Amino acid sequence: MKHLLSIEQLSRAEIEAILDRAESFAEVGRRDIKKVPTLRGRTVVSLFYESSTRTSSSFDLAAKRLSADLVSVKAAGSSVEKGESLKDTVATLSAYDPAVIVIRHPYAGAAQMVAGWTEAAVVNAGDGKHEHPSQALLDVYTLRRRLGSLDGVRIWIVGDVLHSRVARSNLIAFAKMGAELTVCGPPTLIPRGIEELGCDVSYSLDGIEEAEVVYALRMQNERMSESFVPSLREYAACFQIDTRRLNPRQLLMHPGPVNRGVELSGEAIDSPQSLIAEQVAAGLVVRMAILYELLAGGDASTPAAEGEGSHPTPIGTSA
Amino acid sequence: MSLREQLDLRSAEDAHLVLRRATVLDPASGIDSVHDVVIQGGEIAALASPGEAETNGAEVIEAEGLHAFPAFFDPHVHLRTPGHEHKEDVETGTRAAAAGGYCGILAMANTEPPVSTAADISALREQARAGASVPVGFLATVTKDMQGAELTEMVELREAGAVGFSDDGLPIVDAGVMRRALQYQHLCGGNIALHEEDPRLSLGGAMHEGPVSAALGIGGIPSVSESTMVARDAALAGYENARIHVQHLSAAESVEIVRAAKAAGVQISAEASPHHLCLTDEEVRALDPHSSKMNPPLREERDRQALIEGLRDGAIECIATDHAPHQPEEKDVPFEQAAFGVTGLETAFAALHTELVLPGTIDLGLLVERMAGGAEPFDLPRPTLAPGSEANVVLCDLGAEWTVGEDGYESRSANSWCAGRTLTGRVLMTVAAGQVVFRLRSFSLGVAA
Repeated sequence: MKHLLSIEQLSRAEIEAILDRAESFAEVGRRDIKKVPTLRGRTVVSLFYESSTRTSSSFDLAAKRLSADLVSVKAAGSSVEKGESLKDTVATLSAYDPAVIVIRHPYAGAAQMVAGWTEAAVVNAGDGKHEHPSQALLDVYTLRRRLGSLDGVRIWIVGDVLHSRVARSNLIAFAKMGAELTVCGPPTLIPRGIEELGCDVSYSLDGIEEAEVVYALRMQNERMSESFVPSLREYAACFQIDTRRLNPRQLLMHPGPVNRGVELSGEAIDSPQSLIAEQVAAGLVVRMAILYELLAGGDASTPAAEGEGSHPTPIGTSA
Repeated sequence: MSLREQLDLRSAEDAHLVLRRATVLDPASGIDSVHDVVIQGGEIAALASPGEAETNGAEVIEAEGLHAFPAFFDPHVHLRTPGHEHKEDVETGTRAAAAGGYCGILAMANTEPPVSTAADISALREQARAGASVPVGFLATVTKDMQGAELTEMVELREAGAVGFSDDGLPIVDAGVMRRALQYQHLCGGNIALHEEDPRLSLGGAMHEGPVSAALGIGGIPSVSESTMVARDAALAGYENARIHVQHLSAAESVEIVRAAKAAGVQISAEASPHHLCLTDEEVRALDPHSSKMNPPLREERDRQALIEGLRDGAIECIATDHAPHQPEEKDVPFEQAAFGVTGLETAFAALHTELVLPGTIDLGLLVERMAGGAEPFDLPRPTLAPGSEANVVLCDLGAEWTVGEDGYESRSANSWCAGRTLTGRVLMTVAAGQVVFRLRSFSLGVAA
């Protein structure tokens, strides 16, 4: 794997390899000293053109746990604000010879373009409404730990599918892992033609009891002013996942940040069937695994090996 | 009447040529046989029997195995002047046209500032007389500065030489303004070319709305954003007994509406662009704005097939490139941020020959007819090879393979939708308004040797 630009690019076997790697990092995370020397001397640039809490902090921490040198650039406060183009910014940062550039950008295809402009491995940390592959990987990881396998598991993705890169990447990832998928939301927020990604479409929560997993998406306030929905009140009345609608055997997921009382009731968030906190924890180990696979993936030794045992192989030589 | 009289170009010496044993194809004039084409005094002097034309001091071009067609006419070109000469200007844009086999083009008015006054038209015509390789006509905007609110001084613009009118780049959103323009056409004349798009339906869109946009998470421009406006304007043109030309048709529904309007007697003509005839929205999956971002967007296979059917049955009378030059800064950015538009003048014939004629989708004769079909909707003479008509000839090698962009472009911009593709069929020489305006370098060297 030279870059991680999309879930689309990964085979089921590649997804499983990353998740297996993440399991071994989870073991490292239970030690007192949570750091491994794998990426010592390598530089990771994290370049965020959009605000992010979970994704940026977990990539940053993942890089540090792997002993990489980290440069974090946020669009706000950088030359981006002075009008520097993405291409020029990438050229500037590439002068530090980074091993990896992790990029979040408000437009589709940005990570892919960056991959064409730099020698570094590129990780797509979200490009517009297109893809968010590391989120999908951590969600598969979370479910795999809970359920063992996603084969035949029924998953409903509920909410604003139109504006959600998480929905797209997760649909692709869950399908590759064998799950059966339904997207659900108001017709104004379900993109025309989404069923060609291999999912059913439902415009109401009727039938959600068949789902083993309910994956709720964030509902943004501005969707009302754009008249996608008449009001958040009506949206919540039709689509909010609460403990009344959720049966006790169903698992609940959400990529965060949650609008309490809109897409999820507070009770549902805090219920034992909610995996939201596990998703965040999974984010760290999965992102460690992604960096590892990109930079040292060809190496047979386990990342948990102590000392100098895991010399990373050069970029581009991994499988 | 001739293109030289009705449009503007830099005048040069009249060609005196004999294209020896050229395969001459001009379906509109019923010509399809091998001839010596004699070009002299600005005219097709004769179509002589092969090998029999007298030389009389003419340059003789051995054209056996090569095809001579009426040169092409493009009613939809962005020359970008005034205001964006870093992208294109009269000189580079008409050079690109000449290299593509065109003997005439019409320039759109969405410049900066837009072409909205008689003085603007006069200045552009002056530039064309100084530096245009091929005859060029200028459209003026329908509404002042393309604001969509007040009509331009259409009578004065026509008197200054505006060939017609268009707010291309933007639709005329206000149906009342559109209606007034159509009424006023009875006074000022001149066709009105329309960019059909309902901006409320296309808002936030960067590609066709469908399964591919759903998969990519890119805002969609639905086909109804075009077809509803085509339907509105066809109805208005019928009601006012006025004339409209629908630009860059992209959606199957729009083709059907144009066809039905024609059948109902509405004075409506339409164009389709090479990229809409060759590509679909599947192209966008690569997220490369150079090859796949334009407005209207690339649509689905059913739309592409409907456009081809429209070419066949005449619902669409001409092919227009919508040649839209942009600089790398506007294209080397993520797809949604990139400028709309691709260049097309230098590749239109070769691309359509490769993609539609060679696989047998359409006949060569139909392509030749539609490539020259853009003049008549604007009251200009259709290029023809009939003896006695103005010499507008393109000489092509239909077997020549070439890679687009390999030798650069005549255009100032390189945003060709087929950059890097290998095409079959190449323009070797173009004669426009009786003058040799283009020779492929390797071909002219060959002639000299």
